Amino acid sequence: MNDPQTDLPVPDPGLEEHPPRFTDVDDAAADRAYKQIVGMLAAVPVLVVAFLVVYFAVPRDAELVLFGANLKMQTTLLGLTAGVATLLIGISAIHWARMLMSDEEIVGDRHGAASPPEARERVLTDLETGIEASGIRRRKLLGTGMAGALGMMALPAVVSLADMGPWPTAELRAKTIEKTIWAEGVHLVNDVTFTRLKATELVVGQLVNAQPETLQEYHGAALQQQKAKASIIVVRMDPNSIRIPESRRDWQVDGILCYSKICTHVGCPISLWEQQTHHLLCPCHQSTFDLGNSGVVVFGPAARALPQLPITTDAEGYLVARSDFTVPVGPSYFERDSSKDFQEGDR
Amino acid sequence: MAKPAELNPDSPALEVRTPPKDAGPGKLAGPATWVDDRIGLAKLAGNIRKVFPDHWSFLLGEIALYSFVILLLTGVFLTIWFKPSMAEVEYAGTYELMHGIPMSEAFASTLSISFDIRGGLLVRQIHHWAAMLFVAAMTAHMLRVFFTGAFRKPRELNWIIGIGLFSMGLVEGFAGYSLPDDLLSGTGLRFVDGLVRSIPLIGTWAEFFIFGGEFPGELVIPRLYMVHILLIPGLLLGLISAHMALLVYHKHTHWPGPGRTNRNIQGYPFFPIYVAKAGGFFFIVFGVTILMGALMQINPVWLYGPYNPSQVTAGSQPDWYMGFVEGAIRIIPNWEWHILGTTWSWNIFLPGVGLMGLLFTGLALYPFIEAWITGDTSEHHLLDRPRNAPVRTAIGVAGMTAYAMFWLSGGNDIIATQFHVSLNAVTYFMRVAVFVAPVIAFIVTKRICISLQRQDAERVLHGSESGVIVRSPDGGFSEAHVPITPGEAYSLTRHPQPKALVPNGKKVGRLRRRLSAWYADGQLPKPTAAEIAGAAHHGAIEADHGTPAVDAGHDAPALEGSDAGDAR
Ligand code: HEM
Ligand code: FES
Repeated sequence: MNDPQTDLPVPDPGLEEHPPRFTDVDDAAADRAYKQIVGMLAAVPVLVVAFLVVYFAVPRDAELVLFGANLKMQTTLLGLTAGVATLLIGISAIHWARMLMSDEEIVGDRHGAASPPEARERVLTDLETGIEASGIRRRKLLGTGMAGALGMMALPAVVSLADMGPWPTAELRAKTIEKTIWAEGVHLVNDVTFTRLKATELVVGQLVNAQPETLQEYHGAALQQQKAKASIIVVRMDPNSIRIPESRRDWQVDGILCYSKICTHVGCPISLWEQQTHHLLCPCHQSTFDLGNSGVVVFGPAARALPQLPITTDAEGYLVARSDFTVPVGPSYFERDSSKDFQEGDR
Repeated sequence: MAKPAELNPDSPALEVRTPPKDAGPGKLAGPATWVDDRIGLAKLAGNIRKVFPDHWSFLLGEIALYSFVILLLTGVFLTIWFKPSMAEVEYAGTYELMHGIPMSEAFASTLSISFDIRGGLLVRQIHHWAAMLFVAAMTAHMLRVFFTGAFRKPRELNWIIGIGLFSMGLVEGFAGYSLPDDLLSGTGLRFVDGLVRSIPLIGTWAEFFIFGGEFPGELVIPRLYMVHILLIPGLLLGLISAHMALLVYHKHTHWPGPGRTNRNIQGYPFFPIYVAKAGGFFFIVFGVTILMGALMQINPVWLYGPYNPSQVTAGSQPDWYMGFVEGAIRIIPNWEWHILGTTWSWNIFLPGVGLMGLLFTGLALYPFIEAWITGDTSEHHLLDRPRNAPVRTAIGVAGMTAYAMFWLSGGNDIIATQFHVSLNAVTYFMRVAVFVAPVIAFIVTKRICISLQRQDAERVLHGSESGVIVRSPDGGFSEAHVPITPGEAYSLTRHPQPKALVPNGKKVGRLRRRLSAWYADGQLPKPTAAEIAGAAHHGAIEADHGTPAVDAGHDAPALEGSDAGDAR
């Protein structure tokens, strides 16, 4: 092994002398350490018994107020007994090592990581002999054939993963990520009570989290999937204080507008509503959308305007959708050019 | 029926072969011989008195190892009850506030572990705390290895294994965080859904493959469960074994000091000292995580409720180790490209996949980049003090600063509300800070390193300050210095200093020459033997002129003397 080039202005004085410990020279100190260690170990069985008592005797729902915090009594006491017992085992072992075990430092040799040249030589010769014995030198196709065959076997291994999920072909995308259960005539309902929303009952400045009434037909995974796309927010703003483009005149009812609740960034449900500015802020990464201006992005990492749901009222004045969203909700994806979504200045 | 073969009573095969009974020392000889006869234990076990050096900074890796063991133990306990299923059930357990609420079986079983299984909540909390500790200890350990140059030849491969462990630790933690299917973990998964979708070309496909269709579907938790309890723990276990095997093979690095060289290793024997110390330390780490699980609540999923794609808790944050990605995602401008009818979501891909890729690739390549710059091909078993590799140290601190800036950006909303500034201002500030702060950190760190080098040189030349002020006959005041021990003087001067590459015969490219000059630039040359001797002489003259030498035993810094022994 070669040493790195080091110039040494001060010569190496060699290993420092080893000062004896207190416990090496003073028997009383050593005895004290001995007692401490044994004492700690003796506390462990006591704590274990306490653990068992807690396990069987303390009811699961008992609460414990400790330093003002409301703790679950069983969890806390089980943890305290087991934790302190474990800690004592650790501390006693280290105390033993530090105080009573011989603390003579020893010095070992290092050898370079590399094998000695003879060993390398021998392995290379063995390798050579082996290769010769295999006949691969004379019959070249053996090697290529084997490598090729092994390589090809990667294909079945990889291809059999192709059923991990359905393939998002254009056809499937149109049925999944490009579609929600909103459709013409579907009622907007409050997302907690599932009651229909009446246009006249919404006041200016109010925001309601809503769902399609048809969501109730879904359960389990399907429910989660539909909810992950169909969730909306309904806001009422003063029609004179907002900009409604020509093309979206009849998407709203007297300043009641409806937008997707799913952020176009990575899909968090958006929730923070600023009445004054008509801004809606996503709590995840703070993308901000202007609901008074067709949901365009005014700040943050989101790149697309929030999709707006065209709505109207039915005969009794309840809010209903006029159609599904006109563009997919949620984050953009590769296969669709999102630059044609609504942008600032569109009419 | 087969007829028993004729036996030849004289056959040697029948001879009862008894191994020579050369018993080893003491009572252990019996069982030891029994085992050794069968598996050659003495050959396998090698040197149980193997030397390991002692230093607090070597404990960081141990903490990571032990918390992994704790995760295995507590994780197995959790698997006894956890149900990795997204099927919908109506809750009917003991937690009254959620009676009748539809939720996934995964969430319901997490509630059951927390409320119905005695000790279940404790173990869940230990598991989560140990996960935090695991990632934190790995990070600290990695920084220790970086700043002391322990990644240099021959340990580059072990560094790469370490980076593998670090990156997989993050994935493992994320997978575990997602399992309970509570509101926070579902929000995290939705984030991953968007992140995967943003991958150019294959994003939508990857998303459909991972989730088995549209988000969230009902496959992702069972799949993450497999990843969490089988795939990654298996890989981690394999890599950890390789990591430890290489550690034993290379032997641990040690800090420079008297008698410690590149060819030896000084410390305590594995048996019995490290069996007791390291074994004891395992119990301490375990004890501390149990106490944390007992006293500090973590991830109270019953307060968040089951995942609901239309809800989010305000200020929802991932576990801390994902904070830097979260921050990058928050502050990036909303860049999107549109090419030939496709969308390229750089605003998500770059800070998410790109930043993690950059971090791990950069870390993995660093040892090779540094060796290329310095042209250093020798083996290193002595650690560098960070100040003696100023550029490396400055690069490290700059990297940490960049990480910290991204991480802080992950709380830009909290910073804005706490300090009453606008969120936009914080975001714009952070966009600049992630680039500027590391540069400042680099410059400042390098300066600090060099001034520490100066302090070292001062100490070697003039000794340490004694705190005694003396007054000279002509009225001046000065502080007397005591000479330092030869051991310390050696430790402070033995380090190699990076030198700029000079093309002697071999061709050195321009970029490489420049980089190596940059790497070596600005260091304080260490005191030469002549300077040290000169300073000692000067000190001796001063002493002759009546300045009381504080250490009355010898009147000149003893370095000069050939008999260093009596200087102590
Ligand atoms: C390096 C390793 C590991 C890390 C970083 C890790 C991390 C996590 C985290 C953060 C959680 C969420 C806990 C919570 O509910 O608050 C979790 C849950 C879980 N982990 Fe691990 N884990 C690791 C290894 C393991 C192993 C080896 C197993 C099993 C053999 C395991 C089994 C589980 C189970 C069953 C859960 C869900 C139980 C629940 O949330 O109540 N983990 N893990
Ligand atoms: S998900 Fe809304 S800003 Fe990121």
